[in-house]
Amino acid sequence: MDLPVKTYRVTRADLVRYAGASGDFNPIHWSQRFATGVGLPGVIAHGMFTMALTGRAVTEWAGRPDAVAEFSVRFARPVPVPDDDEGVEVQVAAVVKGVTDEGLTQLNLTVTSLGEKVLSQAKALVRLPG
Amino acid sequence: MPLDPSFVGRTYPPTAPYQVGREKIREFATAIGATDAAYHDPAAARALGHADVVAPPTFPVVVTMESSRSQIVDDPALGVDYSRVVHGDQRFRYTRPIVAGDELVCVSTIEEITSRGGHDFLTIRSEVSTVAEEPVVSVWSKLVVRGEGG
Repeated sequence: MDLPVKTYRVTRADLVRYAGASGDFNPIHWSQRFATGVGLPGVIAHGMFTMALTGRAVTEWAGRPDAVAEFSVRFARPVPVPDDDEGVEVQVAAVVKGVTDEGLTQLNLTVTSLGEKVLSQAKALVRLPG
Repeated sequence: MPLDPSFVGRTYPPTAPYQVGREKIREFATAIGATDAAYHDPAAARALGHADVVAPPTFPVVVTMESSRSQIVDDPALGVDYSRVVHGDQRFRYTRPIVAGDELVCVSTIEEITSRGGHDFLTIRSEVSTVAEEPVVSVWSKLVVRGEGG
Protein backbone atom coordinates (compact mmCIF):
# COMPACT_ATOMS: atom_id res chain seq x y z
CA MET A 1 0.00 0.00 0.00
CA ASP A 2 1.29 3.46 -0.91
CA LEU A 3 0.82 6.27 1.60
CA PRO A 4 0.04 9.84 0.46
CA VAL A 5 3.25 11.63 -0.55
CA LYS A 6 4.38 14.45 1.76
CA THR A 7 6.15 17.48 0.33
CA TYR A 8 8.28 19.83 2.42
CA ARG A 9 9.85 23.09 1.29
CA VAL A 10 13.33 23.83 2.62
CA THR A 11 14.86 27.33 2.59
CA ARG A 12 18.12 28.75 3.92
CA ALA A 13 16.18 30.18 6.86
CA ASP A 14 15.05 26.64 7.76
CA LEU A 15 18.68 25.49 7.83
CA VAL A 16 19.71 28.35 10.12
CA ARG A 17 16.83 27.55 12.46
CA TYR A 18 17.72 23.85 12.43
CA ALA A 19 21.39 24.62 13.09
CA GLY A 20 20.41 26.53 16.22
CA ALA A 21 17.90 23.96 17.43
CA SER A 22 20.15 20.95 16.84
CA GLY A 23 23.52 22.46 17.70
CA ASP A 24 24.98 21.43 14.32
CA PHE A 25 26.76 24.59 13.17
CA ASN A 26 28.84 23.03 10.39
CA PRO A 27 29.30 26.00 7.98
CA ILE A 28 28.49 23.85 4.92
CA HIS A 29 24.87 24.34 6.05
CA TRP A 30 24.91 28.16 6.12
CA SER A 31 27.99 29.60 4.37
CA GLN A 32 28.08 29.61 0.57
CA ARG A 33 31.76 30.58 0.66
CA PHE A 34 32.67 27.67 2.92
CA ALA A 35 30.47 25.14 1.09
CA THR A 36 31.85 25.92 -2.35
CA GLY A 37 35.37 26.02 -0.88
CA VAL A 38 35.08 22.33 0.08
CA GLY A 39 33.77 21.39 -3.35
CA LEU A 40 30.01 21.39 -2.72
CA PRO A 41 27.65 22.99 -5.26
CA GLY A 42 26.54 25.39 -2.50
CA VAL A 43 24.93 25.34 0.93
CA ILE A 44 23.39 21.93 1.58
CA ALA A 45 20.74 20.84 4.06
CA HIS A 46 21.83 18.96 7.16
CA GLY A 47 21.35 15.26 6.47
CA MET A 48 19.69 15.09 9.87
CA PHE A 49 17.27 17.84 8.81
CA THR A 50 16.19 15.77 5.81
CA MET A 51 15.88 12.76 8.14
CA ALA A 52 13.84 14.89 10.58
CA LEU A 53 11.40 15.85 7.79
CA THR A 54 11.15 12.16 6.91
CA GLY A 55 10.44 11.41 10.57
CA ARG A 56 7.66 14.00 10.46
CA ALA A 57 6.11 12.16 7.54
CA VAL A 58 6.40 8.85 9.40
CA THR A 59 4.75 10.14 12.58
CA GLU A 60 2.03 11.89 10.57
CA TRP A 61 1.23 8.66 8.71
CA ALA A 62 1.32 6.69 11.97
CA GLY A 63 -0.96 9.24 13.61
CA ARG A 64 1.11 9.48 16.80
CA PRO A 65 4.40 11.25 17.59
CA ASP A 66 5.55 8.33 19.77
CA ALA A 67 4.77 5.49 17.35
CA VAL A 68 8.24 4.95 15.91
CA ALA A 69 10.17 1.90 17.15
CA GLU A 70 13.02 2.00 14.68
CA PHE A 71 14.13 4.47 12.00
CA SER A 72 17.14 4.28 9.70
CA VAL A 73 18.46 6.01 6.59
CA ARG A 74 21.52 6.28 4.39
CA PHE A 75 22.48 9.74 3.19
CA ALA A 76 22.79 9.11 -0.53
CA ARG A 77 23.10 12.60 -2.00
CA PRO A 78 23.28 16.14 -0.59
CA VAL A 79 20.28 18.48 -0.85
CA PRO A 80 21.53 21.86 -2.14
CA VAL A 81 19.36 24.74 -0.91
CA PRO A 82 19.39 27.88 -3.08
CA ASP A 83 19.60 31.36 -1.56
CA ASP A 84 16.09 32.47 -2.55
CA ASP A 85 12.61 32.53 -1.05
CA GLU A 86 11.47 29.36 -2.79
CA GLY A 87 14.21 27.04 -1.52
CA VAL A 88 13.92 23.45 -2.64
CA GLU A 89 11.33 20.73 -2.17
CA VAL A 90 11.88 17.40 -0.44
CA GLN A 91 9.32 14.68 -1.09
CA VAL A 92 8.73 11.69 1.13
CA ALA A 93 6.87 8.66 -0.17
CA ALA A 94 6.27 5.37 1.59
CA VAL A 95 5.09 1.87 0.94
CA VAL A 96 3.74 -0.35 3.71
CA LYS A 97 6.01 -3.34 3.44
CA GLY A 98 4.30 -5.58 5.98
CA VAL A 99 4.08 -6.41 9.66
CA THR A 100 6.99 -7.91 11.63
CA ASP A 101 6.71 -10.81 14.09
CA GLU A 102 6.67 -8.20 16.88
CA GLY A 103 3.59 -6.57 15.35
CA LEU A 104 5.41 -3.53 14.01
CA THR A 105 4.48 -2.11 10.61
CA GLN A 106 7.43 -1.60 8.28
CA LEU A 107 7.42 1.47 6.05
CA ASN A 108 9.89 1.60 3.17
CA LEU A 109 10.58 5.26 2.50
CA THR A 110 11.63 7.05 -0.67
CA VAL A 111 12.99 10.55 -0.15
CA THR A 112 13.75 12.68 -3.19
CA SER A 113 14.64 16.24 -4.09
CA LEU A 114 14.50 17.55 -7.68
CA GLY A 115 13.69 14.01 -8.77
CA GLU A 116 16.82 12.45 -7.27
CA LYS A 117 16.92 10.09 -4.34
CA VAL A 118 18.59 11.87 -1.40
CA LEU A 119 18.11 9.15 1.21
CA SER A 120 18.41 5.47 0.45
CA GLN A 121 17.67 2.33 2.46
CA ALA A 122 15.28 4.50 4.45
CA LYS A 123 12.80 2.61 6.58
CA ALA A 124 10.83 2.85 9.76
CA LEU A 125 9.10 0.38 12.04
CA VAL A 126 6.00 1.88 13.62
CA ARG A 127 3.50 0.74 16.22
CA LEU A 128 0.02 1.18 14.80
CA PRO A 129 -3.04 1.01 17.04
CA GLY A 130 -5.27 -2.03 16.89
CA MET B 1 46.34 6.91 6.68
CA PRO B 2 43.46 4.48 7.38
CA LEU B 3 41.83 4.56 10.81
CA ASP B 4 43.28 2.05 13.25
CA PRO B 5 40.87 -0.92 13.37
CA SER B 6 42.09 -1.82 16.87
CA PHE B 7 39.72 0.93 18.10
CA VAL B 8 36.76 -1.33 17.27
CA GLY B 9 35.03 -2.37 20.48
CA ARG B 10 36.35 0.56 22.46
CA THR B 11 33.71 1.98 24.81
CA TYR B 12 34.01 5.52 26.11
CA PRO B 13 33.05 6.71 29.60
CA PRO B 14 29.45 7.80 30.25
CA THR B 15 28.78 11.45 29.44
CA ALA B 16 27.70 14.03 31.98
CA PRO B 17 23.89 14.01 32.21
CA TYR B 18 22.01 16.00 29.54
CA GLN B 19 18.92 17.69 30.97
CA VAL B 20 16.14 17.59 28.37
CA GLY B 21 14.25 20.86 28.55
CA ARG B 22 10.65 21.41 27.47
CA GLU B 23 11.60 24.54 25.54
CA LYS B 24 14.44 22.69 23.75
CA ILE B 25 11.98 20.06 22.52
CA ARG B 26 9.57 22.80 21.41
CA GLU B 27 12.40 24.64 19.64
CA PHE B 28 13.54 21.47 17.86
CA ALA B 29 9.98 20.54 16.85
CA THR B 30 9.37 24.07 15.54
CA ALA B 31 12.63 23.98 13.56
CA ILE B 32 11.50 20.86 11.70
CA GLY B 33 7.93 22.13 11.31
CA ALA B 34 6.47 19.43 13.56
CA THR B 35 3.19 20.76 14.89
CA ASP B 36 1.71 17.74 16.71
CA ALA B 37 0.42 18.97 20.06
CA ALA B 38 2.37 16.31 22.01
CA TYR B 39 5.63 18.05 21.02
CA HIS B 40 4.46 21.36 22.42
CA ASP B 41 1.72 20.92 25.00
CA PRO B 42 2.37 18.89 28.18
CA ALA B 43 -1.35 18.14 28.54
CA ALA B 44 -1.48 16.62 25.05
CA ALA B 45 1.61 14.53 25.84
CA ARG B 46 0.08 13.36 29.13
CA ALA B 47 -3.03 12.27 27.24
CA LEU B 48 -0.75 9.88 25.32
CA GLY B 49 0.74 8.57 28.57
CA HIS B 50 3.93 10.64 28.75
CA ALA B 51 5.15 12.71 31.68
CA ASP B 52 5.85 15.82 29.58
CA VAL B 53 6.25 16.95 25.96
CA VAL B 54 7.61 14.26 23.60
CA ALA B 55 10.70 14.77 21.42
CA PRO B 56 10.53 14.08 17.66
CA PRO B 57 12.21 10.85 16.47
CA THR B 58 15.51 12.42 15.40
CA PHE B 59 15.94 14.55 18.55
CA PRO B 60 18.36 12.03 20.15
CA VAL B 61 21.16 13.32 17.89
CA VAL B 62 21.07 16.57 19.86
CA VAL B 63 22.26 14.47 22.79
CA THR B 64 24.61 12.05 21.00
CA MET B 65 26.30 14.31 18.44
CA GLU B 66 28.23 16.29 21.02
CA SER B 67 29.56 13.20 22.83
CA SER B 68 30.49 11.42 19.58
CA ARG B 69 32.38 14.50 18.51
CA SER B 70 34.20 15.28 21.72
CA GLN B 71 34.95 11.72 22.80
CA ILE B 72 35.62 9.93 19.52
CA VAL B 73 35.91 12.16 16.45
CA ASP B 74 38.23 14.57 18.27
CA ASP B 75 40.24 11.77 19.96
CA PRO B 76 43.78 12.53 18.74
CA ALA B 77 44.75 8.86 19.12
CA LEU B 78 42.09 7.89 16.56
CA GLY B 79 43.05 10.79 14.31
CA VAL B 80 39.85 11.56 12.38
CA ASP B 81 40.16 14.66 10.17
CA TYR B 82 36.78 16.27 10.96
CA SER B 83 36.95 18.52 7.89
CA ARG B 84 36.73 15.36 5.76
CA VAL B 85 33.81 13.78 7.64
CA VAL B 86 30.41 13.31 6.03
CA HIS B 87 27.40 11.56 7.50
CA GLY B 88 26.89 8.13 5.95
CA ASP B 89 24.08 6.34 7.77
CA GLN B 90 21.88 7.03 10.76
CA ARG B 91 19.72 4.63 12.74
CA PHE B 92 17.63 4.85 15.90
CA ARG B 93 16.07 2.03 17.92
CA TYR B 94 13.73 3.40 20.55
CA THR B 95 12.73 1.87 23.86
CA ARG B 96 10.57 4.95 24.37
CA PRO B 97 10.56 8.54 23.11
CA ILE B 98 12.66 11.13 24.91
CA VAL B 99 10.46 13.40 27.01
CA ALA B 100 11.12 16.73 28.72
CA GLY B 101 12.57 16.23 32.17
CA ASP B 102 14.73 13.26 31.15
CA GLU B 103 18.30 13.34 32.37
CA LEU B 104 20.19 11.37 29.76
CA VAL B 105 23.59 9.74 29.75
CA CYS B 106 25.31 8.41 26.58
CA VAL B 107 27.72 5.53 26.46
CA SER B 108 29.39 5.35 23.05
CA THR B 109 31.17 2.41 21.50
CA ILE B 110 33.09 2.18 18.24
CA GLU B 111 31.23 -0.65 16.59
CA GLU B 112 32.96 -0.83 13.22
CA ILE B 113 35.86 0.64 11.29
CA THR B 114 36.30 -0.26 7.64
CA SER B 115 38.28 1.21 4.77
CA ARG B 116 37.22 1.04 1.16
CA GLY B 117 38.20 2.94 -1.93
CA GLY B 118 40.46 5.26 0.04
CA HIS B 119 37.66 6.23 2.45
CA ASP B 120 37.23 5.20 6.09
CA PHE B 121 33.88 4.25 7.59
CA LEU B 122 33.39 4.64 11.32
CA THR B 123 30.26 3.35 13.04
CA ILE B 124 29.53 4.68 16.52
CA ARG B 125 26.76 3.20 18.69
CA SER B 126 25.51 5.41 21.50
CA GLU B 127 23.34 3.86 24.18
CA VAL B 128 21.19 6.61 25.66
CA SER B 129 19.69 5.94 29.07
CA THR B 130 18.42 7.93 32.02
CA VAL B 131 20.59 8.61 35.05
CA ALA B 132 18.48 5.88 36.72
CA GLU B 133 19.80 3.49 34.02
CA GLU B 134 16.47 3.14 32.22
CA PRO B 135 17.27 2.52 28.53
CA VAL B 136 15.71 5.10 26.17
CA VAL B 137 17.20 4.83 22.68
CA SER B 138 20.11 3.24 20.83
CA VAL B 139 21.68 5.46 18.19
CA TRP B 140 24.01 4.35 15.39
CA SER B 141 25.91 6.91 13.29
CA LYS B 142 28.11 5.85 10.43
CA LEU B 143 30.59 8.54 9.51
CA VAL B 144 32.55 8.57 6.26
CA VAL B 145 36.04 10.06 6.40
CA ARG B 146 36.78 10.94 2.80
CA GLY B 147 40.22 10.03 1.54
CA GLU B 148 42.68 12.66 0.32
CA GLY B 149 41.74 11.94 -3.28
CA GLY B 150 37.97 12.06 -2.70
